[in-house]
Amino acid sequence: MNFTYSAEQIEFRDVLHALLQAEVGAERIRARWDTASGRDAALEAQLRDFGLYSLMFPESLDGLGLSVIDCALLAEVCGRAALPEPAVETMMVASPLLVDVLDRGLGNGSVQAVIEGVMSGDARVAVSHAINPHVNFVEDAHWVIAGVADAIYLLPRDKVEVTPLKSVDPSRRIAKIDFDPEEQYRLAEGEAAAAVLRSTLNRGALSVAAQLVGLSEVLVEQSVRYASDREQFGRAIGVNQAIKHHLADVAVQIEYARPVIARAAYTLSVSPERADIAVSHAKLAAARVGLLAARHGIQVHGAMGYTWECNVHIWSKRIWALVREWGDEGFHKNRLQQWLLQSNALLGPEFTFGRRSLLPDSRVSDPVSADTAA
Amino acid sequence: MMDLVYTPDQEAFRAEVRAWLAAHVPKVPLASFDTAEGFAAHREWERTLASGNWGMVTWPESYGGRGCDLIQWLIFEEEYYRAGAPARVNQNGVFLLGPTLMEYGSEAQKARFLPAMASGEEIWAQGWSEPNAGSDMAAIRCQAIRDGDDYVINGQKIWSTRAVYADWVFGLFRTDPASERHHGLSKILVPLSAQGVTVRPIPQLNGLPGFAEIFFDDVRVSVDNRLGDEGAGWQIAMATAGFERGLMLRSPARFQQASRRLVSLYRQHHGDLMDPAVEDDVLRCYMDAEAYALSTYQTASRLLQGGSIGPEASCNKIFWSELDLRIHDTAMRILGARAEVEPSGSSDQEDLGTWLDGFLFAQSGPIYAGTNEIQRNIIAERVLGMPRR
Ligand SMILES: Cc1cc2nc3c(=O)[nH]c(=O)nc-3n(C[C@H](O)[C@H](O)[C@H](O)COP(=O)(O)OP(=O)(O)OC[C@H]3O[C@@H](n4cnc5c(N)ncnc54)[C@H](O)[C@@H]3O)c2cc1C
Repeated sequence: MNFTYSAEQIEFRDVLHALLQAEVGAERIRARWDTASGRDAALEAQLRDFGLYSLMFPESLDGLGLSVIDCALLAEVCGRAALPEPAVETMMVASPLLVDVLDRGLGNGSVQAVIEGVMSGDARVAVSHAINPHVNFVEDAHWVIAGVADAIYLLPRDKVEVTPLKSVDPSRRIAKIDFDPEEQYRLAEGEAAAAVLRSTLNRGALSVAAQLVGLSEVLVEQSVRYASDREQFGRAIGVNQAIKHHLADVAVQIEYARPVIARAAYTLSVSPERADIAVSHAKLAAARVGLLAARHGIQVHGAMGYTWECNVHIWSKRIWALVREWGDEGFHKNRLQQWLLQSNALLGPEFTFGRRSLLPDSRVSDPVSADTAA
Repeated sequence: MMDLVYTPDQEAFRAEVRAWLAAHVPKVPLASFDTAEGFAAHREWERTLASGNWGMVTWPESYGGRGCDLIQWLIFEEEYYRAGAPARVNQNGVFLLGPTLMEYGSEAQKARFLPAMASGEEIWAQGWSEPNAGSDMAAIRCQAIRDGDDYVINGQKIWSTRAVYADWVFGLFRTDPASERHHGLSKILVPLSAQGVTVRPIPQLNGLPGFAEIFFDDVRVSVDNRLGDEGAGWQIAMATAGFERGLMLRSPARFQQASRRLVSLYRQHHGDLMDPAVEDDVLRCYMDAEAYALSTYQTASRLLQGGSIGPEASCNKIFWSELDLRIHDTAMRILGARAEVEPSGSSDQEDLGTWLDGFLFAQSGPIYAGTNEIQRNIIAERVLGMPRR
């Protein structure tokens, strides 16, 4: 039993954090709001050089072979930076999906080429999943992975009809897509597709949860700075307890969301298809923190927090968008509630980490390996 | 590397704890330890625990412990709550004073006090608060003035939990009468049987004398009863408060057990005409109890690797006390008008009385061990770095 990250994991995260802090400021984020693609090619190249697009591919495919646990740490710092690039999605959703497909002996002739393209930075992949009504950054992608109810397709971009929409978050480029489900583009169908899509959903939800915590933490930091500088009644507004307690409340929730996310990441890494409960918990905890951070962050800034000029909205709008990606609160609460209502759900102090091995009864269901589909 | 699987040794330890508790936990719940009869029964239970060396598993064997690490401690607690074992009447001793003694006590003090603490022979009360020193503990006025090899204590303490039946009190006293605020305070251990000590019970919300006022009237204790240096009381008290808010006092198992009971209450009533918001709160209670456990395992893992607990212990205090309120409030809402019924002694199917009992007690969680408002101030100022004034 060891619930800590290794020194290397922390170090790797810190390197990415330093890179993003140096390269992705509010100015650079704003600069692309008025551009057609919304992308920053130079930054994408830097992220590729860092290895972000190769992380989740196994070494046998020339990737770095890192785990979801490493990636969740990185996703948190990407959230901190309010990184507009869909890098987290490429790393934590698209890549493992392609690997998953290969591992199951599925796929078609394109998969290998797409993987190589992702790692070299030449292929941009957008992911569509039945749980999400929109696809992010699909317009100028080269490939689209589309998960529908019972199948997964990998389509060249020109086989997909794209209808752009405007997101509340000007950094996001969302669209609706339409395509002909032609067999030649199908990677998987039936049960196999469902299994891949289910772990994909869980990885997507975890990636969002981790980003939400990073986004929230920055809002707290910005608010602390503002509350220390801004004066009213002859003193900093931050001396007032009403302001302090707004931010302390967010800090407490962040403190308790992180271990939940770590448990979900761990569970996904050891049994991706059985991580529903741990992931739903992580997503819900992170959504709660995110919404509170956005609300209190704006409140602490007064009218300034309600302006386009103040940077608070860069972070809060990302939160409002991500909170409902990869399953909104309704989806995840229902998943959790259905499990809690089962009489064989194992909960209580002795089951925090699941105890399947000790329990002769294989019909029981615990939070680390719960099979909500069963 | 992260590895959320218990080792075979840890599993074996769990099995050992489980077997022992199954054989020893009283079949009928003991009366409240806030009654004379219940207190005696709980003291007897502490003796039974000690007879198996389970009094405080993290302590060295020489003091009646088993030299366990923090993960084993969490496993022990999980099994303890799973078994429905009696509440720890000596929690002030084993969870708060004990660790402080280990850190600051002399060898003689450790040998004198720890074994009797682990065995339940000596039950401890805490004496920090005074009528005019609540949240503002540095306003303490109760004096302990040096006279030869003794201190002579005069003044008053209040809200001292279990002092009505306890044997000893540890607390903060002003040893330098000219001092102010958090200077000149010392931590002193006082037998409640000493001449000049008067304990006046204070009935709590449930009518039982769960805490007391303690009056000191020329009470003499030896300077050997001082813990740590003279004048160092504040720092030592902060360490104890850290244990209280942090890992020890409220282990997560307690809330996981309560949330498990809540879920089964909810399952039982699923289909009743229920406040729709209840469902959401049940989920929230389950999630928060798990989150508290996960966070504690993370802290324990970090401590095992040489890390330390900082002001984030204030986060714990807020989190568990508000969780406890939510668990019991949700149970009250599921039970509806039946929730009003007082415990009857005979346990009914729905545990009506125990939910009400827990609900009443939960009201105090955000107050004791430093109110949650004070904890929020601490987080804002010491963790987030917000301006004090
Ligand atoms: C069940 C229970 C058991 C206890 N056991 C013990 C014990 O064993 N030993 C012991 O010494 N004490 C004990 N206490 C006392 C406890 O430590 C105090 O109640 C606590 O420190 C608060 O002090 P107070 O009650 O005087 O409230 P006050 O300090 O008067 O506070 C009243 C209200 O004002 C708020 N407030 C005060 N100052 C501030 C501020 N600066 N900013 C914002 N809000 C503020 C508080 O948060 C609270 O809501 C116990 C209390 C309870 C309820």
